[in-house]
Amino acid sequence: MEKKTLLTIKDLQLEGRSGNAWHPIIKGVDLTLHKGEVLGLIGESGAGKSTLGLAAMGFARDGCRISGGTIDFDGIDLRTAPESLRRGLRGKRIAYVAQSAAASFNPAHRLINQYCESPVVHGVMAREKAEADAVELYGRMRLPNPDEIGFRYPHQVSGGQLQRAMTAMAMACRPDLIIFDEPTTALDVTTQIEVLAAIRDIVRQFGTAAIYITHDLAVVAQMADRIKVLLRGDEVEDADTRSMLTAPREEYTKSLWAVRSFARAEQPTATGTPVVSVRSVTAGYGALDVLKDVSFDIHARRTVAVVGESGSGKSTTARVITGLLPQRNGQVLFNGNPLPPSFKARSRNELRQCQMIYQMADTALNPKLRLRELIGRPAEMYLGLKGKALEARIRDLLALIELEPDRYIDRLPSELSGGQKQRIGIARALAAEPQLIICDEVTSALDQIVQEGILKLLDRLQGELNLAYMFITHDLATVKSIADEVVVMQQGVVVERGPKAAIFADPKEDYTNLLLSSVPEMDPDWLNRLLVKRSAKAQEP
Amino acid sequence: MTEIWRMISQRLLLGVLTLFIISVVIFGATELLPGDLARELLGQSATPETLAALREQLGLNESAPVRYWNWLTGVMQGDFGMSMATKMPISELVGTRLGNTLFLAFYAAALAVPFSLLLGVLAALWRNSIFDRASNALALTAISFPEFFVAYILILWLSQSGLFPSMVRITDTTSMGERLYMAFLPALTLTLVVTAHMMRMTRAAIINLLASPYIEMARLKGMSPMRVVLRHAVPNALSPIINVVALNLAYLITGVVVVEVVFVYPGLGQLMIDAVSNRDIAVVQAIALIFAAAYVLLNLLADVLSTITNPRLMHRK
Repeated sequence: MEKKTLLTIKDLQLEGRSGNAWHPIIKGVDLTLHKGEVLGLIGESGAGKSTLGLAAMGFARDGCRISGGTIDFDGIDLRTAPESLRRGLRGKRIAYVAQSAAASFNPAHRLINQYCESPVVHGVMAREKAEADAVELYGRMRLPNPDEIGFRYPHQVSGGQLQRAMTAMAMACRPDLIIFDEPTTALDVTTQIEVLAAIRDIVRQFGTAAIYITHDLAVVAQMADRIKVLLRGDEVEDADTRSMLTAPREEYTKSLWAVRSFARAEQPTATGTPVVSVRSVTAGYGALDVLKDVSFDIHARRTVAVVGESGSGKSTTARVITGLLPQRNGQVLFNGNPLPPSFKARSRNELRQCQMIYQMADTALNPKLRLRELIGRPAEMYLGLKGKALEARIRDLLALIELEPDRYIDRLPSELSGGQKQRIGIARALAAEPQLIICDEVTSALDQIVQEGILKLLDRLQGELNLAYMFITHDLATVKSIADEVVVMQQGVVVERGPKAAIFADPKEDYTNLLLSSVPEMDPDWLNRLLVKRSAKAQEP
Repeated sequence: MTEIWRMISQRLLLGVLTLFIISVVIFGATELLPGDLARELLGQSATPETLAALREQLGLNESAPVRYWNWLTGVMQGDFGMSMATKMPISELVGTRLGNTLFLAFYAAALAVPFSLLLGVLAALWRNSIFDRASNALALTAISFPEFFVAYILILWLSQSGLFPSMVRITDTTSMGERLYMAFLPALTLTLVVTAHMMRMTRAAIINLLASPYIEMARLKGMSPMRVVLRHAVPNALSPIINVVALNLAYLITGVVVVEVVFVYPGLGQLMIDAVSNRDIAVVQAIALIFAAAYVLLNLLADVLSTITNPRLMHRK
C-alpha cells in the first residue's frame, strides 16, 4: 500500500555564516515523508539534524540560509514561497516540539495562553473552543489535572509534564507534520518513558506525520517507522527501522550501533582503607534535608557510580564531599581521617586531594584563558610549579589527555570541540594530582562516540594514576560500562548499593528495578513490551 | 499578595533608613561650607554685638548634633524652618515650586516614556535597518549635547519664530492649557535628553531575548515579527525597562536645574540655585532631601513593578 507523500526535500543545501564566509551545514540531503509516517533522524551533534528538521518548516536560524534544493510540502515549495505563506503554515500545518520545554515555553505566560495562541492567530478555532480543546489534549497526554494545569506558569510544572504540554501545544491545530527535536533528551529515564509513550500514542491517534530527531538510538528505535542517519550534513543511510537495526549497511552506522560495547574489566572487591568514606551524612538547604543518612565508600582504583533521577541528591553528595555544603550530621573520612565539614576549614593539601569535573565543559572553563593558564593554574597553586617545570607539567598533562601539546597549549576553549573541552576539564583536575575525582555527569552533554573516548580515557588514567572516581550520572548505559560499584539514590536516601554485576543482575529494591527497566533498549518492541508488562503489574491485586 | 505587601513595607523601611543617612550627609556637607550665616545676613558692616545676638537668635551657638536634631525633628513634622534670604517658611516656599517641578517632570515623562519605548521596540523589531541606525544616531546626538545647548537650539528654532515662548511665567491663575503650551520647550528639551537611555535600554533588553528558545518557538508557531516582539519578548524585558524608566524619571525631577534656569521656569532647581548663591543653607538642605526622597521612592516603585510583572516571583511553585 503506497501512502501519499507529504514532504519531499530534494538536494537541500544549507549554509551557516562565520565571520564573512559561508560554510556548508547541509550538503545536498534528500528526504521523503509520507502522510502519517514517523521518520527518525539520528547523528552526532553538528550533523545537521536540527537544521534539517527546521528546514522542513522552511525555517533557517539567524546566521543560516537555505542556499539550494527544493522543499515541497504538500505541493507548496517552502523555499520560494513568500514568508507570509510560510508563516501561515507554521504552527497550523507544521508544528515543532523543542528539546528543552522549560526553555521553550515563554516564562511570562500561562501554558494555556501559549496553547491557544496558534489556533486563535491562525483562525482555526475561537478562544473558548481552543481552551476546551487544550484540556482534552492535556488529558490525552496523560497530564495530571488537565482542567487546571494549563493555568499554571511554566516554572510551576515539572520538566516531563512541560514536554507533554508542549506536544499537546504542537497538536493544537491538528497539523499534518510535527518536528520533534530531541524531546526527551533533557529528561530522566523514568520520566522519558511516559513522554515517549504519550507522544507515540497521540501521533498515531491523529495520524500525524513526524520527524523525530535524536541522538539516542534506542529511543529512535521505539518511535520511528524509518531511520535516516546523518553525518556532517550528509546522509549516510536511510532504511526502515527493523532492517536498519538488524542489518546496517554503512560502516558509520555500524560504529554507532557498536558504541555501547565499551566495558571496563571486572575488578576484585576492594579492601583496605577507602580513599573516601561517607558516613551517615545528613545535609540540606534551609530547613530542608536533601540528604538523609547517606553512607558509602570509594577505594583507590575504583569507580563508584551514584545514580538516580534529578533531585535525588547526587550532586548534593558531591557538594558535601568537596566541602561546599557542610553536612549537618555524619562524617566524611579521607584516608581514614575526618575532613572538616566546610572547605574554608580545610588545608590546601586536603583541597588538592579532591577535584571535580563538571557536566558542562562549556561553562566550567573560563573562556578568556588559554589552555596553558587553565591547566597551569592548579599546578602552580597546589604544587608550586613555576617556569620551565610548570611548562613541562602542562605539556605532560596535555599529552596524557591525548591532545598534542604544541598544537593546543595556546588555544582558547572556544577553539575546541565539546569532547576536547571535557578533556581539558579532566586535565585541570589531574593538574592538582588528586586521589579522588568527582565526575558530575561528565558525559551527559556529549555524543555517544565522544562519550566512549572520554570513558576510555578516564579508565586508562585511573589505572595509571591510582585514582578513585565518584561518577555521578543518570545514564545507566554509562554506569554499565565504567562502574565497579553502584549507589542508587532516591529522594536523598541511598536505596541500594553494591557491586555493579549484582545490582544489574538482581536488583533488590523496586526503585532500582524501575530505574533499570526504564533504560531504552535497541529492540523496537521494547517500549510495547514494557508498557504491557507495567500495566499488567498495575492491575494485579 | 501578602508577600508583595511585606516586600513593599520592607523596602519602605529601608527607604526611610536611606533618607535618614542622606539627611546626615546633607547636614554634614552644609556644615563644611565656609563662611558664617550671620555675617552673610548682616553684611560687612555688622558690629560684633549684633552678630553675636543674631547667632544666639538663630541657634548657631549650639553644637552640631543638637542643631541636627532640631532640624530633623522639624522636618519630620513638615517644618523645614525659615528661609534666611526671603524670611518665609521654607515649606511654603518649596510647596509651589515642587508642584511646578513635578508638573514639568510628568509633562516630560508623558512625552519621553511612550516615545522612547516605541522607538526602542521598533528599533529592536527592525534591528540593523536604516530606521534602527538613524534613531540610535539621533538619540545619541541629542544626549551628547549639553542640556543648555539643546535648550538654546530649541529656542533658536521654535521660539525665535514665535511658535512657543522661551520664558515660562506660571501663576496660580494660569490655566492647564496655557501651562502645557508655555512649558512645551523645557519639556521637549528634557525629552531629548532622556530618550537615548530609555530607548537604547529597551532595544538592548529586547534583542538580548531574541535568541531565547521561546522566541524561536513563537516564530515556529507562525507568529508575526511584531507579535513575537510585543507578546513574547517585551513581557520578559520589563524588569530592565522599568528600572531605566524609573532612573530617568528621578533625573527629570532632580536634574532639571539647568533647564529651569535657561527657561526661567519657577521650579525647585531655580530655587536651589538662588539658595546656594544666597547661602540660604536651610533651603538647600530641604531641596536636597526632597530630591533624595524622589530617588528613593521611584526606585522603590521600580522594584515593586518589576516583581509584579515577573510571574516567577508572583506565582511561587
